[in-house]
Amino acid sequence: MKLYCLSGHPTLPCNVLKFKSTTIMLDCGLDMTSTLNFLPLPLVQSPRLSNLPGWSLKDGNAFLDKELKECSGHVFVDSVPEFCLPETELIDLSTVDVILISNYHCMMALPYITEHTGFTGTVYATEPTVQIGRLLMEELVNFIERVPKAQSASLWKNKDIQRLLPSPLKDAVEVSTWRRCYTMQEVNSALSKIQLVGYSQKIELFGAVQVTPLSSGYALGSSNWIIQSHYEKVSYVSGSSLLTTHPQPMDQASLKNSDVLVLTGLTQIPTANPDGMVGEFCSNLALTVRNGGNVLVPCYPSGVIYDLLECLYQYIDSAGLSNIPFYFISPVANSSLEFSQIFAEWLCHNKQTKVYLPEPPFPHAELIQTNKLKHYPSLHGDFSSDFRQPCVVFTGHPSLRFGDVVHFMELWGKSSLNTVIFTEPDFSYLEALAPYQPLAMKCIYCPIDTRLNFIQVSKLLKEVQPLHVVCPEQYTQPPPAQSHRMDLMIDCQPPAMSYRRAEVLALPFKRRYEKIEIMPELADSLVPMEIKPGISLATVSAVLHTKDNKHVLQPPPRPTQPTGGKKRKRASDDIPDCKVLKPLLSGSIPVEQFVQALEKHGFSDVKVEDTAKGHIVLLQEAETLIQIEEDSTHIICDNDEMLRVRLRDLVLKFLQKF
Amino acid sequence: MGRGVTGLAPACLRASQLELFSPGAPGWPFGDFHALPGRRLCGRPLQIRQVARPGAGPEAAEGRGAGLSSLIMDPECSQLLPALCSVLADPRQPVTDDTCLEKLLDWFKTITEAGSSLLLLQENPCLLGLLCHVLKPQDLSPRVLAFSLRLAGMLAAQEDCFQYLQGDSSLFVASAAGQLLVHVLGLSLQGPAEGHPGLQTGDWPVCAQKIVSHIEESLRSAATPQITQALNVLTTTFGHCHNPWTQVLWVRLSPLVARLLEKDPVPAAHSLVDLLLSVARSPVLSSSSCGLWETLAQTLSHLSPTQAGPLALGILKLQECPQALRAQAFAVLLQPLTCVLEATAQAPGLLDSWDGTGGASVTVDTLLASKAACVGLLCRTLAHLELLQPLPQRPSPWPQAPLLGATVTILRLCSGSATPTSDAGGHLCAFLVGCVRVQRAALDFLGTLSRGTGPRELVTQVFAVLLEYLTSPDSSPTVLKKAFQATFRWLQSSPETPGCSDLDPHAQLFLRELLPVLPKRLCSPCWEVRDSGLEFLTQMIGRWGGQAGFRRALLASEVPELTEQLLRDPESYVRASAVAAMGQLSSQGLRVTPASPEHPGGQQKSLLAELLHILSTDSEGFPRRAVMHVFTQWLRDGHADVAADTERFVARVLQVASQDLDWEVRAQGLELALVFLEQTLGRPSSHCPYAVTPPVAAPPGPLAQALRPLCRVQLFEFAFRALFDCDRPVAQKSCDLLLFLRAQTASYSGPQGSGSVPEVASVEAALQRWQAGDQGQPLGYLEPEVVVAVLRSMDLEGLRGALAESSDRVEKSPQSLLQDMLATVGALGEDEADCY
Repeated sequence: MKLYCLSGHPTLPCNVLKFKSTTIMLDCGLDMTSTLNFLPLPLVQSPRLSNLPGWSLKDGNAFLDKELKECSGHVFVDSVPEFCLPETELIDLSTVDVILISNYHCMMALPYITEHTGFTGTVYATEPTVQIGRLLMEELVNFIERVPKAQSASLWKNKDIQRLLPSPLKDAVEVSTWRRCYTMQEVNSALSKIQLVGYSQKIELFGAVQVTPLSSGYALGSSNWIIQSHYEKVSYVSGSSLLTTHPQPMDQASLKNSDVLVLTGLTQIPTANPDGMVGEFCSNLALTVRNGGNVLVPCYPSGVIYDLLECLYQYIDSAGLSNIPFYFISPVANSSLEFSQIFAEWLCHNKQTKVYLPEPPFPHAELIQTNKLKHYPSLHGDFSSDFRQPCVVFTGHPSLRFGDVVHFMELWGKSSLNTVIFTEPDFSYLEALAPYQPLAMKCIYCPIDTRLNFIQVSKLLKEVQPLHVVCPEQYTQPPPAQSHRMDLMIDCQPPAMSYRRAEVLALPFKRRYEKIEIMPELADSLVPMEIKPGISLATVSAVLHTKDNKHVLQPPPRPTQPTGGKKRKRASDDIPDCKVLKPLLSGSIPVEQFVQALEKHGFSDVKVEDTAKGHIVLLQEAETLIQIEEDSTHIICDNDEMLRVRLRDLVLKFLQKF
Repeated sequence: MGRGVTGLAPACLRASQLELFSPGAPGWPFGDFHALPGRRLCGRPLQIRQVARPGAGPEAAEGRGAGLSSLIMDPECSQLLPALCSVLADPRQPVTDDTCLEKLLDWFKTITEAGSSLLLLQENPCLLGLLCHVLKPQDLSPRVLAFSLRLAGMLAAQEDCFQYLQGDSSLFVASAAGQLLVHVLGLSLQGPAEGHPGLQTGDWPVCAQKIVSHIEESLRSAATPQITQALNVLTTTFGHCHNPWTQVLWVRLSPLVARLLEKDPVPAAHSLVDLLLSVARSPVLSSSSCGLWETLAQTLSHLSPTQAGPLALGILKLQECPQALRAQAFAVLLQPLTCVLEATAQAPGLLDSWDGTGGASVTVDTLLASKAACVGLLCRTLAHLELLQPLPQRPSPWPQAPLLGATVTILRLCSGSATPTSDAGGHLCAFLVGCVRVQRAALDFLGTLSRGTGPRELVTQVFAVLLEYLTSPDSSPTVLKKAFQATFRWLQSSPETPGCSDLDPHAQLFLRELLPVLPKRLCSPCWEVRDSGLEFLTQMIGRWGGQAGFRRALLASEVPELTEQLLRDPESYVRASAVAAMGQLSSQGLRVTPASPEHPGGQQKSLLAELLHILSTDSEGFPRRAVMHVFTQWLRDGHADVAADTERFVARVLQVASQDLDWEVRAQGLELALVFLEQTLGRPSSHCPYAVTPPVAAPPGPLAQALRPLCRVQLFEFAFRALFDCDRPVAQKSCDLLLFLRAQTASYSGPQGSGSVPEVASVEAALQRWQAGDQGQPLGYLEPEVVVAVLRSMDLEGLRGALAESSDRVEKSPQSLLQDMLATVGALGEDEADCY
């Protein structure tokens, strides 16, 4: 059993598991932090961004000045942003049989895999994962396509040139694999390969293994996966949460008794407690708005935003903010808000019960009804006429490199009354802000990451007790910035096996058993013999038939009567050799009784020696050795066949035959 | 005799109200009454004691004292008792309610304490019957058995009753029996051997010997419950009996007790600690040591760190104790903190000098065994030290600096900001990060430590860690509250700059960092956080509101504005705290009136108007109470808004408060009325405002003049209404106020013969109607003379006496208890009749 690790990002995993005869890809995460090296794509013409000076080498060589621009003391690539794809060379991705998706954040690389690698298999995911995943992809494509950029920079990626660049471009990894965003057509084609599944549904893969999605409590439709055969069980834990937010709670019990547990997608900010962060978010929002400032919240169009809107729903009255407009701007804002209300069966119990009242499960419906929350596909159009300040704007993209957020950063960045509040943990906020410096607006970092923290992981592992844990290498040591925090790493016994990008792990367990079915008529013919109380044995002669990874014992074909014909004879040669078999033996030889029996039969000079594996009975006069071990008995005598047969019969008397 | 007052009280009045003001009952405010023997209330006869003899004054009735009837067995109860005893003795009629039996025991206790138990037994042979009955082996409920045993013990406490019980060997049954054993042991040794008990227990009465050997047997037992039982009996014995024979008992039993320490783990450690401390506190034993100190020292070193903590604290609290033992005990208490300091590679410093034992490794083991053990031990240790810190007998020198260092370190380990330097430290860090329990305990202790000083560097660390907690978004609401409390205490203890009585520059610097945090807390979505932020602010303004540095910093922040905003918070507690904070801000002239875009020209609603609005409209009691407190304080301090037109202010507030449904608001209204009264009439000379002062020779003219403002604000109408308030504290307070006022006006010689003034009669008539529950009609403006006359005609003292009695005394009467118990088992005659 092997695990091919194609992604180095612990929360955007992409691993391939080879198990029995199947090749299963676990998640398909896309590392978008690469976009931080690119200039923002302004939706509205920005004189500042369009007149940046080109970058030149120290010696004045300016051959890169078209590709690289200097902005706020940093160097950025002036091109369509590119993403860092999972490793494609480590394993032939056309051999992947299935892809299991655990949540909508972990499927963003799907079109690259399904459309460009010769992949012919099936993708499994839950319905909300697919629907919201589609929204995320749609938003991404839209953000990038609506600001067409003619230029695609590639010179700087040359290894010899990259060395000469300033940080962080110099240190960017795998730049040769960076790719531009996919198209909507590719998205549609990729999504068409997805088969929808429900929690706890058992899906047979070629008869060899069974895969089952379990609720992981992190996002709408988010799952962990069980991959099991009759005798082996691998659990794949991706983004999971034990907090009470909107999704169905995590199913922990089903993860028990795993041979291997692959653990990814833990919280990216283990030191920040989501409750505290929500508090921080609300207070800063209120303080800003109260002083007449605007609040900008760069976010994804689904996920934490639902919880934030719910908190604000409860908070705005108490904070006297009832008159402040909340704007949600995204090409998929409307769909996202509506989708959240229709996936009732994927929601936590409290929200599910609301549906029967009937009430919308999320209170943002009421915010919309009362005009407190308004949503727009873009800042062009209706928004510009409705726009009223001070206000709170939720919009993407959290990287601050594309989407409507770029415009708001340009618009509001110069006033210290305004605040940008970072809630998504995927991007370093300082790097995200780099091209906007110097910035007068206040920046607040309240990353809200509801995924498991290390204390919860430790409890989970104690509870489900897997034999082996496999995880990204980042989880096996404290974060570099807090090297003393031994609590911020996975602590389990035996220690977790770690992986990094482009590594292949041999998973530490051997398959020892295989299930074989036996045909009824064959079973009928068996004559079991009890050799120990409760244990019976029977010999069987049969044909092992293997098809679709299922093994069946079938009765052997009847030996045909030899008729003398040449052809017939040749046919009978093909059938297995059905000679009369020697009986099988079982039992053990009690040495003392055996010696007595020897003496009874006239061997007078018997000597017994103990060995590491058993005993040696020595017949000195006859110069004969009888080696008795746990699973074998050897009679060693020199050319005295009579003596050997005599001794053999004596030995056989102590054993059972069947 | 004159004003017909009989039959005023409608039958539907609340029992307590009727009882208070039944004609003839003590406390009837008007002197005359008709006697009404045999009046029934809700189908139950009024108790005989409530019907006073005709002509007896209220004082006579009061003189009998409260609860007289419970001190002797009245005939009704005596009649009910046999039936009850037979119910109790009958296993087929189970008594399911423990509390009844407890109440019954309480009642018997008051009877036996007041008089002779022997008489009780002789007059009520059914009791003896019950006791004899329960001694027979039978299927009796444990409740009744325990009850009987405790009753027997109670009776046995009197020597003349003891004969009924002595010599019975089957009494060691349950914990109740333990109490009894102690009594029996004490009594058996008190009688014959009084004064000079036998030096050998062999000389003791058979009964005592039997008990002692039973205890010995239990102490030798392998079963922990038995050992616990025996230890508890001994703990009670040494706690209650301080006769010389207890020393003999200890000498005999201490080897057995010491032997318990040889077991691992020590059984019943908790009870053992209690026993040893009880022995150590006994005046008979501690003088001569009897090997006690050695046993204590041994126990300290044998018990686990968690178990040894309470013992160490107990030892350190002892008045007299060898220095070496105190040192050992203190070392035990400090050990966990020493480990913390070592784990973070800080020089434990002074803690070293206390570390006399080799218990360090055990403590480290406990701390590192599991998160639960670590948290438990640290919380206990911090709590013990917190208790010890203020005591005069605390160890000296008190290691203030290392304790501060350790507490700060613990807090930093909890927040994840400490850097451990060893594996042990790493483990501690992993256990403690985010642990709210330890954070709370450490912040409490840190607050207590503010009473002492510390090196400047450490104090800087204290403020830094407090700021860290106050700033961190991860601090839970309860932790934050404690952090605020500790911060206030430390700021309070920081030295004042000589000459300007302002915060010292150090604290000012801290304040400059703290004030930006406060607005964020006041905007928290968690109401507890907003509330504790406001409480902290109120405290700060109260303490430093007058200091220039503080005022500057506060006014430069958004705090005053936000506080005002919180007057409209959806959470009532927060509104109440905001009212208090605004009251303070306004008193100190710190309320800002910015010319915001919404209020051009800066014309803001006055705070007084806003608070009055809250008082009359807020749906919750807390904010309204807070407003009353602020108003009272403003009146007392002569707040500018109030002083502008004090009479109008008082009149308005009293008018609103009188209609409030919350009794605390009405009571606070009386407080405000009293302040106004004091300001108008002059402060009473005595410390207690209610004490009757000797008449001051006041000329009638000026007094009438002085009373006039009170009349104008309708203070009397408010007070008279309050006098008949259905909530006792309000009525009591009003009664006190009127008594004070009457004393003030004692010298006033207004119109003679109050009855002759028709106005007085009409006021009295109105008051009677009010008393009867018809409070609709207002009194209108009253002339000072009328007020004085009415005050004089009222029996305020009698009323005060009646109010002092518990309002539920009918429900609590023993007779009612007996009836209830019989009713529940269906043994009352009328219930039987109901069955047909």
